[in-house]
Order: sequence, then structure tokens, then C-alpha cells
Amino acid sequence: MKQPFAFDGTAKYLVSDDLRNTVNIAVALGRPLLIKGEPGTGKTMLAKAIADSLDKPLIIWNIKSTTKAQEGLYVYDTVQRLYDSQFGDRDVSDISQYIKLGKLGEAFVSEEQAVLLIDEIDKADLEFPNDLLWELDVMNFYIPETGETITARHRPIVVITSNAEKELPDAFLRRCIFHYIDFPDEEMMTRIILVHYPDLQERLLTESLKAFYWLRSVGGLQKKPSTSELLDWVQALAVGGIEPEQIYAKMPFLGVLLKKNQDFDLTMRHLQEGKVQKQPAPLHRWSR
Amino acid sequence: MFTGFFNDLRREGIPVSVTEWMTLMDALHKGLAGASLTGFYYLARAVLVKSESYYDRFDVVFQRYFHGIETPPDLVEQVIKWLERSLPPLVIDPEKRKSTPWNLDEMRRALMERLAKQTEEHHGGSHWIGTGGTSPFGHSGHHPAGLRIGGKSVNRSAVKVAAERRYRDFRRDETLSTRQFEMALRKLRELSQNVDGPKDELDLEATIDATCKNAGWLKIIWERSRKNLVKVVIMMDSGGSMEPHAQLCGRLFNAANKISHFKDLRFYYFHNAVYDRLYLDPFCRYNATVPVKEVLQKLDREYRLILVGDASMAPSELLMPDGSIYWDDFNEETGYTGLKKLADHFTHTVWLNPVPLSMWDRVWGNETIAIIRRLFPMFELTVDGLEQAIKKLKALLR
Repeated sequence: MKQPFAFDGTAKYLVSDDLRNTVNIAVALGRPLLIKGEPGTGKTMLAKAIADSLDKPLIIWNIKSTTKAQEGLYVYDTVQRLYDSQFGDRDVSDISQYIKLGKLGEAFVSEEQAVLLIDEIDKADLEFPNDLLWELDVMNFYIPETGETITARHRPIVVITSNAEKELPDAFLRRCIFHYIDFPDEEMMTRIILVHYPDLQERLLTESLKAFYWLRSVGGLQKKPSTSELLDWVQALAVGGIEPEQIYAKMPFLGVLLKKNQDFDLTMRHLQEGKVQKQPAPLHRWSR
Repeated sequence: MFTGFFNDLRREGIPVSVTEWMTLMDALHKGLAGASLTGFYYLARAVLVKSESYYDRFDVVFQRYFHGIETPPDLVEQVIKWLERSLPPLVIDPEKRKSTPWNLDEMRRALMERLAKQTEEHHGGSHWIGTGGTSPFGHSGHHPAGLRIGGKSVNRSAVKVAAERRYRDFRRDETLSTRQFEMALRKLRELSQNVDGPKDELDLEATIDATCKNAGWLKIIWERSRKNLVKVVIMMDSGGSMEPHAQLCGRLFNAANKISHFKDLRFYYFHNAVYDRLYLDPFCRYNATVPVKEVLQKLDREYRLILVGDASMAPSELLMPDGSIYWDDFNEETGYTGLKKLADHFTHTVWLNPVPLSMWDRVWGNETIAIIRRLFPMFELTVDGLEQAIKKLKALLR
């Protein structure tokens, strides 16, 4: 499937076939693309890769728990206006100078088609996605303060990421194209690491991958290590000059991969007992 | 097109709407599936399925709808023998593929016919079951809508992808991990958003905003406080028939404890049914108990009651005085009365049962499950069940 602006990853960002297809489907249909996946699978990086690959500007809207949908459209800086009215610097009757466009507004008025990343949409209030529905659908919004309507010059490519902290509303989901990024398998992971560290010793790479996937298979980990941690670890191993033979047996620099005390203890216990693939999780005792 | 597929998806419980279906039709019209079943698989999944928890069901339906063929094993065995000595795979330039109209029933009939007639091996041809050719049946060959029998997929087929069912772990009707429990319990926060309640908190931002809009005249805006007012009491069945579910219940316990957003959270334990006393720890020791009466006096009716138990016991334990399984625990009132007291006292109650819903009618203890279900809305202890239970707990008072 080749299209005029087909997205195909970048030198720094590798995509699987199905993700590439999904991106191209979303672009062709002009629908927002909703991306979910384990932490560290490159959800946020995807938007940057799309922008780079299609050579379009990237606009990032980071969502926080206090973010309101309105802020994405525009903000009316009333405090500045009050201030000006008291000190008389500017003509306060011209409201339009106090209207500042938000990220979505910026994407609308962009000279060329932009890639808009709405990052971690699930952090915001439950109603947040619904409040954006209309604007994402018709690609315009009205500013009552100035009586102006902002219409998108080019329909932006919208990428939305979610960590599934909250359920997203159905009406919103209906309009999205959805993709769940799988955790990369060993083959894909090898390619990813080589993109970042092209001259890594081959033995080191295979041994560390073996150790890494073993670690992920340990039952009962609270936070499984992800790609970014693996990248750090591989670098630490290379810089530390660790013998490849030692990696799987000793797991040096384990703190780079595991960030929780309990996980650390659990893994050390497994290491001392010899590596067992599926250990039944310790029986929980109810105690407060 | 494929309307049956749409209906199958809905029947399997995937919330596909007509809007999404029309989007898919639009996409097909634009040629986004690339005239291949694999392309169609990913296109349909991206457009129709909006959560990884439905990926597995989608795979199941896809496999059923586009595969659907279960050839009898004895026939297949012989065919596989024919296919063992095979030609090298025939790789066809994807550009040259043309789509062929096909019909599953027709193909199934054709396969049966051919199986009946064919008596020996054929390789490289276009009609008989064999390898490396362009017959619709066999492997390592190419037919735009063929049926692979054995062998490895050279051009990775969609039905094959679906058949792998890699997304099984994401299903929501499977039992839960601690994190999933947490996510579900966290939803109990929503009711703290306090739709009613007095506007008694100063909204500084809005006040400044309104004052400025008001050209500097002070205008104060009040809003409702957003404290979580939810109080929860969890009572768990412990020991006996609950032993196999101990780990699951332990996870629920951990998750509930981790979530600190409830105004109050209390745990009590009981064995099979609630009699005169509740236990304070899961070991059900008599010297760590508290009378039910006292508990009910202390906890007002606003507390959300979550009972966790398999509700499976001998009917006598539920329906007779002195029914408690502990010899020294003479209960004057029946377990049923004890439970009824709880159901009457609290306005919001649910019962979570680790026994799967499909077993409730058949499993040992189905009699008591049926009785207890009449007292409490009962849900199975899975992501879906817990979510429904939370919804029930959030429902407004009537």
C-alpha cells in the first residue's frame, strides 16, 4: 500500500507493519489516531517520527490532571487586560489582543498541515475528550469574546496517547482509529538497540537480550522493565566493560532495569535459586 | 459487505457502532485494505476495535468468520501426507495479485469434492490439493483466496494472525491482577465528584476571571468541594472453600489498601456466612471479633458494602440457627438473617464472587448462591464484574 505521504518510520524510529498501516489509515481517513501500549513502547515518540517522516511541524499538547479542553482552543488573558486597563498601556477595547490560541488552535492556523500530539489524554478530567469532540470533528471553533471563528486551514494529523488510567468515553472512541503497541519481540528489540548503538558487540547484545526477556518473564514483578530501561542498561554494560558471559548469570547493574525495592529483592531471590522460568508468586498473607 | 461479520462482532460483545462500520466501508472504498485479507484484518481492527481488551474477541470472530473450516481429522491426515513432499514455496509478486471473489461455503464444498476424488499427490498444479501451485487448496502456493492446509505461511495470512490470539492476556473477563484491581477501584472516585452538595469552596481562578470580566468589581465564585466522600467497608469470606481463591482475594485486599482516596475503608472477615460476630483478621480467631450489631451501629448506611465470597456452603450453614461451622460459635440467628441485616442496613451493597458466573448454577453450593443473590447484587470477580459492581455502588440513592 503506497500513498503519496505514506509514513514509514524514520532512521531513529522503527515501526512494525501493523502500526505503519494504522498510521497511514488514520492519515488517509483524517481521523485522530489513539495509541495505547505499555510504558516505554514509544507512544510519544511516534508523533515525532510521523512529523519527521512526513516533514511536517509537530505541536505537542501535554495533558495534566488540571488541563481543560478550553485551554487547547484559546485562553482569554483577562488578568493582562485588567492590568492594562489600570495602567493604560494598551487599548483594552480591542479584546483580540488578549486572546491566545492554545495548542489545538495553533495546529488549526498553522500554514502547513501540522502533526498534533495530545499526550496522555487519560490524565485529564473524564469529560475532557468529549469536550474536544466537536472541534476535532468539524475542525473549527468559535471565540465568543471576539465573535471570531477559527477554522483549520489544513486538517492536522492528530495523535493521541493514553496510558489507560481512565476509561475514555465511547463517543470519543467511535471517532478514533485505535492501535495498541505491542511490547517488541526479541527480533524487533535487536533492531531497536542497533539503531541507538550501532557498534554494539554482538555477544553483549544477545546475552543482555536473553537476560532482559528472562527478567520480564519473572512472575510477580510490579513494574516490568521497558525499552528505555533496556537501552540504558545495555549502555551501562558496554561502558562498564562487563564480560558478556557474566550478564545472564549475574545480572550486573540491575538497578538500571528495576526501580522498585520489592522487584529487586524478588529478582535477587530468583538469581540465587537459579533461574526458574515460572515461579509461583509468593502466597499473599493478608496483613495491614 | 461482510454484514455478517459486523453482527458476529456485536454478538461477541465488542461494542461496534454503525458509525464505525460506515468508516470501515469508507476506508475500504478508498482502498486502504490493499486488497488483501491481512490488510483488511488490520484495517478492520484499527477502525472497529477501540480497546486492546477486545483484541482477543476480535481475533476469535475473525478466525471464525474468515476461516470457519474444521476439516475432519482423518481426511486431513492423508492430505498432510500428500503435502509432506513439497515443492519450494511459490512466491508471487504482491503487485500481480488479483482479488478473486470467493465464498466460504462454495470453497468448503469444493474442498470436500476434491478430497473425495483425489487419490494421490499433486504438486505445482492449479486444481488438486498440493504444494507450490495456484490451486486454492494446499500450502506454499498462491491462490488469492485459498485455504492453507499445513505447512508454513509464506505470505503471512490474516486468519493465521488471528488464530495466534496473542491478545488473550488483555481480555477483561479473565481474573485480575493487582493493578487491574486498583484501576477498577479507582473508579469509585468518580462518585466523589460530588454532583450534589453545597458550593462552599472559593474558586480562586474563576473568581479572578469573573472579577476581571466584571471590569475589576469583585465577583466571588463558589464551587463544590471535590473531596472524596466515599466510605467503603469490605467483608471477605476467609478459609474453607475460599482457600483456592486466597491469592485473588489477597490482590483485591492489596489494591484496596493501596488506594488511599476513600474517606474511610474498613475490612472485616467472616466464614461462609455472617453470624453474630465479624472477625478482624483473616485467620478468624474468636478473640479478635466484634459483634455485628456494634459494626452496624458504628458504620452508617452510606458506607458502600463489598462482600467477597464464593457464597457456597451447606444450606444448613445459611438457614439454621447454630449453623456456623465452628463448634463453639453458637449463633442464635441464622446466617441468612445476618446477611439480611447487612443488606437492609446499607443502601449500596454488592457481592463479588470469585467463582465464574457461568458456574453459579452448577457448582457445588449453587443453592446458597441462589439465595444470597436475592439479597445482594452478585458479580463475578473479574475486571468486567468488578466494573459492573462499582457502577452499582455508584448508582444514586432512590
